[in-house]
Amino acid sequence: MDLSYAEVRYIAKLARLELSEKEVESYTAQLSTVLEYMQQLDELNLKDVEPLTHVFQMQNVFREDKVAMSLPQKQILQNGPEVQSGHFKVPQIL
Amino acid sequence: MNLEQLSLTEISKKISNHEVSSVEVTENLIRHIEKTEPALHSFITVTADLALDAARKFDEMNIKGESFLLGGVPIAIKDLLCTKNIKTTCASRMLENFVPPYTATAVEKIEQAGGIIIGKTNMDEFAMGSSTETSYFGKTRNPWDLDCVPGGSSGGSASSVAAHQAYAALGSDTGGSIRQPAAFCGIVGLKPTYGMVSRFGLIAFASSLDQVGPMTKTVEDAALLMNVLSGYDSKDSTSAQVPISDFVMPLKKNLKGMKIGVPKEFFIDGMDLEVKASIEKAITQLEQLGCTMIPVSLPHTKYSLSVYYIIAPAEASSNLGRYDGVRYGLRTPGDNLNQMYEKTRSSGFGAEVKRRIMLGTYTLSSGYYDAYYLKAMKVRRLIKSEFDQVFQKVDCLVTPTTPTPAFRFGEKTQNPLSMYLADIFTISINIAGVPAISIPCGFSKNKPIGLQLIGKPFEESTILQVAYQYEQSTLSNQLKPNLKKIEEFSKNEL
Repeated sequence: MDLSYAEVRYIAKLARLELSEKEVESYTAQLSTVLEYMQQLDELNLKDVEPLTHVFQMQNVFREDKVAMSLPQKQILQNGPEVQSGHFKVPQIL
Repeated sequence: MNLEQLSLTEISKKISNHEVSSVEVTENLIRHIEKTEPALHSFITVTADLALDAARKFDEMNIKGESFLLGGVPIAIKDLLCTKNIKTTCASRMLENFVPPYTATAVEKIEQAGGIIIGKTNMDEFAMGSSTETSYFGKTRNPWDLDCVPGGSSGGSASSVAAHQAYAALGSDTGGSIRQPAAFCGIVGLKPTYGMVSRFGLIAFASSLDQVGPMTKTVEDAALLMNVLSGYDSKDSTSAQVPISDFVMPLKKNLKGMKIGVPKEFFIDGMDLEVKASIEKAITQLEQLGCTMIPVSLPHTKYSLSVYYIIAPAEASSNLGRYDGVRYGLRTPGDNLNQMYEKTRSSGFGAEVKRRIMLGTYTLSSGYYDAYYLKAMKVRRLIKSEFDQVFQKVDCLVTPTTPTPAFRFGEKTQNPLSMYLADIFTISINIAGVPAISIPCGFSKNKPIGLQLIGKPFEESTILQVAYQYEQSTLSNQLKPNLKKIEEFSKNEL
């Protein structure tokens, strides 16, 4: 399974990563090797196998919709890179 | 014997009997850390002042005669468990200055049991790695061989316990991150059943595989910590609602009639010969203790690495989507929102984290989902069913923890696949969600070897009992790394 340069650029865009030329080159080679190794799964017949999403079959976990203590606004904002009047500030969107 | 060299069980007894105060124990440990830390770099943050404050408070309570399981004993915490008002970095530039506003349930339980946080330990960035070399804050050395890695990702936790810088440590295990470093550093490491210990406040890597667990000097210490850590937590929606009984008392039961499976797939070509010999010797020892060994087969084991490196990066790529420079963590400015995201994530994450985000994004992307992610989840069912079937015949399984002892720095960093293969014996356990423990069982070229015992879901008691009886009959944990050498090395580092 060989990834192309263009595919790696495209994945990086999906993952919101800005990669240097050098990074794209090394990831192209390294990820191709790893994906090639994973081709071993193709030798299995999985036609009638159900995917397993959770190791111990759990049903939806419900709780009562009760008001409980949560963190105060000041603490929620304490790690914000840029905070203004009780909000997180981001660069212009539109 | 120096105070720092006692086990968690021994020192907590001494403190509760008033033979020594928590402040004395903590002060002694801080001095020992100062002498050894320049060589080892087990910690990202040493919380000496906070620990002394907590020790003073504990000693005041101790006078009143209240009883605590971990009374006044300093314990190290892997730096991906949130600690309120103590920096929690995940060994990443992304969270270099992150100070959590809340504490992880596992850490809260340690504190409620009287434990004292001595520091936050080094690890692979976001727990992605098997050597602690991907940490943004530099490497940790293996106390047994300072040219070797301590394993990973809980490498700092393992080295701190092995070198007596902490009486015990918390680690986390997604594909072997507690057991592999425990094996490399000659200590005990337990990955509990998925859901046994709360993941609330554990910074997520791969949510369907992650589990918090104890790393200790002795099996009894691991059992004691499991008494503290286990139990349902409403803040973790995958927390299991199972009855929890005492883990310490059943350790003393003898092993007569115990049936232990030996899966042939864990004895492979290319295994270190001394590792192989040590495991075989351990198996003989278990037979002498009354266990019956039964050859078993887990034929899908060879697919577990592929399954893991599809599922774990896929979950990681989703979990790490939150690091966008908006609410916490690093922000690198950009002209618009998208540019800010990209610049933040590119400068905040290291090479291995980016590699796994790329891998996960690819296998989840449209057109490839069926070929990779869906396929991996199907094979996950096959692996899980295989464990279920084998456990109808045996009480637990015995295997090596790793195919080789600790490797040298840089040996595997250029080839990611060779690094991934270091976890070949630990990974399928996380895929199946079952518990497993690594305990010391010998040496290869003066480097520790780990024996892995794998148990049925929620039957940690069984593997702890086998581990304890083995440890007591062989005294396999009696040899310690050369602390004088570490102190000498530290002097030269300063």
